[in-house]
Amino acid sequence: MFESFDINFVIFGVMPYVALTVFLVGSIARYERDPFTWKSSSSQLLRRKQLIWGSILFHVGILTVFFGHLVGLFTPVWVLDALAVPYGLKQWMAVLIGGPAGLAALIGGTMLIHRRLTDPRIRATSTTLDILIMILIWLQLAIGLLTITQSLQHMDGAEMIRFMEWSQSVVTWNINAWVTVVDVHWLFKLHIFLGLIITMLFPFTRLVHIWSGFAAPFRYLVARSGYQIVRSRRRRPLEERRRAFDRRQGVEGPKAHTPAE
Amino acid sequence: MKVRAQIGKVLNLDKCIGCHTCSVTCKNVWTTREGVEYAWFNNVETKPGTGYPTDWENQKRWNGGWVRSASGKLQPKQGAKWRILANIFANPSMPEIDDYYEPFDFDYDHLKSAPDMQAFPTARPRSKITGERMEKIERGPNWEEILGGEFAKRSADYNFDKVQKDIYGEYENTFMMYLPRLCEHCLNPTCSASCPSGAIYKREEDGIVLIDQEKCRGWRMCISGCPYKKVYYNWDTGKSEKCTFCYPRIESGQPTVCSETCVGRIRYLGVILYDADKIEAAASAERETDLYGAQLDVFLDPNDPEVIAAARRDGVPEDWIEAAKISPVWKMAMDWKVAFPLHPEYRTLPMVWYIPPLSPIQNAAQAGQIAMSDQMPDVRSLRIPVKYLANMLTAGDEEPIVSALERMSAMRLYMRALTVDGVRDEGIAARVGMSGRMIEDMYKIMAIADYEDRFAIPTAHREQNEAGADIRGGCGFTDGNGCSDGESGKTSLFGGKKKSFALPLESF
Repeated sequence: MFESFDINFVIFGVMPYVALTVFLVGSIARYERDPFTWKSSSSQLLRRKQLIWGSILFHVGILTVFFGHLVGLFTPVWVLDALAVPYGLKQWMAVLIGGPAGLAALIGGTMLIHRRLTDPRIRATSTTLDILIMILIWLQLAIGLLTITQSLQHMDGAEMIRFMEWSQSVVTWNINAWVTVVDVHWLFKLHIFLGLIITMLFPFTRLVHIWSGFAAPFRYLVARSGYQIVRSRRRRPLEERRRAFDRRQGVEGPKAHTPAE
Repeated sequence: MKVRAQIGKVLNLDKCIGCHTCSVTCKNVWTTREGVEYAWFNNVETKPGTGYPTDWENQKRWNGGWVRSASGKLQPKQGAKWRILANIFANPSMPEIDDYYEPFDFDYDHLKSAPDMQAFPTARPRSKITGERMEKIERGPNWEEILGGEFAKRSADYNFDKVQKDIYGEYENTFMMYLPRLCEHCLNPTCSASCPSGAIYKREEDGIVLIDQEKCRGWRMCISGCPYKKVYYNWDTGKSEKCTFCYPRIESGQPTVCSETCVGRIRYLGVILYDADKIEAAASAERETDLYGAQLDVFLDPNDPEVIAAARRDGVPEDWIEAAKISPVWKMAMDWKVAFPLHPEYRTLPMVWYIPPLSPIQNAAQAGQIAMSDQMPDVRSLRIPVKYLANMLTAGDEEPIVSALERMSAMRLYMRALTVDGVRDEGIAARVGMSGRMIEDMYKIMAIADYEDRFAIPTAHREQNEAGADIRGGCGFTDGNGCSDGESGKTSLFGGKKKSFALPLESF
């Protein structure tokens, strides 16, 4: 039965599901079971140098790249057709926006890795996973940028459409998704493979702060109208308690001495 | 009117002896863990000085507290919500650990393990972060102890604003005082307002401001938001921590550790009733010098029947209302007007207040010609400039400080007349707008300061809100991640450190 075995099937057909499962179940488990460990693990307190520039370049760059991938890969092809966006134009956009953003992230990432490895304070307080995940992301950025050299050789957008089909097939449970990417350049394959590895490591590293980073604007701007938060141990809101108290005061008989809950 | 109660605090700086017992007991209880060695929930600074972290009062540099816009709206000085979110990758206003100090320990072991040497072995410092040798200690939590360091550096003190400070550098004219500092448990805290995760909250029942360790994500905006620099980032756990007002003690009716152990008996704890509906308007007062008065207006008189009725309706327990009536904090802040908020100009409406210190007459050599006004020493000729105290406690308004210092001098004169001459001199009391009875009460509470008079703390009423059976067997109070059950082996699956709670065993 192994004659027809293809490693591509494992990596591009099965691994995405494994990775996404680990990613989602792991994230939920960590949020639910161990919320105390859920944090950004900032090291700004210990050393400001190189962090301000490094972190801003890295984060702005990688967020742009992330949303570029998200929109670029998961926009259905028929939407492109309906909007009459030529595939070549989309690929040019990807190169022109993703390229500089990826480069910014790589420069920022380099500064952060250098700081993490050479600064005695940051080195001493880093965990193995902190260093590993940073190096993997750096490699991923470098490989991603290298794939541009391949992309530039065929700017008709056809290959890009194959990646879109692959990603969309994966999330629509199409088991034959993997065949669309079997014969692309090995740089692309390595990029996807490493991406899946990072996805799997996500719940076990500081990367979980990405969830919170996306949640923060909603929590802070939308869900919270004012600035202050007051917590009460009481189960009923103040207005309800007041009404209950007023009702009790109206009752004839022994005067109520206990305050409303 | 929305009545809430808070356990407020007053520190009588007139009696602080600078012994640091508060700091040490606090540290032993709360911050001996890795990651917060550098953090002092309570510290004592010698003033004038730049304090800990260095230059913390300079909000031009740290952007703590609030600003009032031209339209009268408040926003954190470090920026409105969107601005705070934009700084999430790197916070430009956050101090580095070197602005506090790099935590260190000494090589004590070397003292006993050193081989026979020519020179006596010494215990040299070693960093608690990297474990490396530190050649020079640059800062500490109390770097300017008893006016340590040159005046040129210490005089960067923000409270010298509009004071001709040069003469205070001269030995004959110098002055000093102590300033013990802890979290202010503000009515309008900027730390909680700055937290994008919503992890910092004020407790409705007792006003204590706490950080939910499970909701904190380490975005660090509270560190820069707090103008008192009393929120600390734990570099080990990646979470922010702050003074908890020893809430487990307060809930059971005990004073905080710093208050309990205060040798000078300068710390007072008592209930203050306040109107939560007035907070925003008070914090937005137009002129900075109005903020002290505006905060007084937020407080509610516990003897007013209307306030009592409203307090009952809003669920303030009966014993809390009774405690508010005998609260030493109320007496000092409201009845006698001798206590003041620390830096009201930050617009946080702090709830830890300070009684300004009296000091010797400036020219003791000319004791024969002491500046007297109306048979009392002129408090404006005291060694500590009134303007300096006013910059610290009333946003520069000298009148309330002068009045408080006069009342405190009058108390001494009155009590001297009473105990030495056996005369109740109502004239002295009347000159400072008080009565002999008030002064005697003031003397009892501020000078004698018996334990029972310093602390009037009602217990928390958890029984009203939770059933004992529900919390039985639950996780009690722990530091950090003690309650996590995601741990296995040496470290947990998600990277938390395994904590050992094993009791020390003795083998025979």
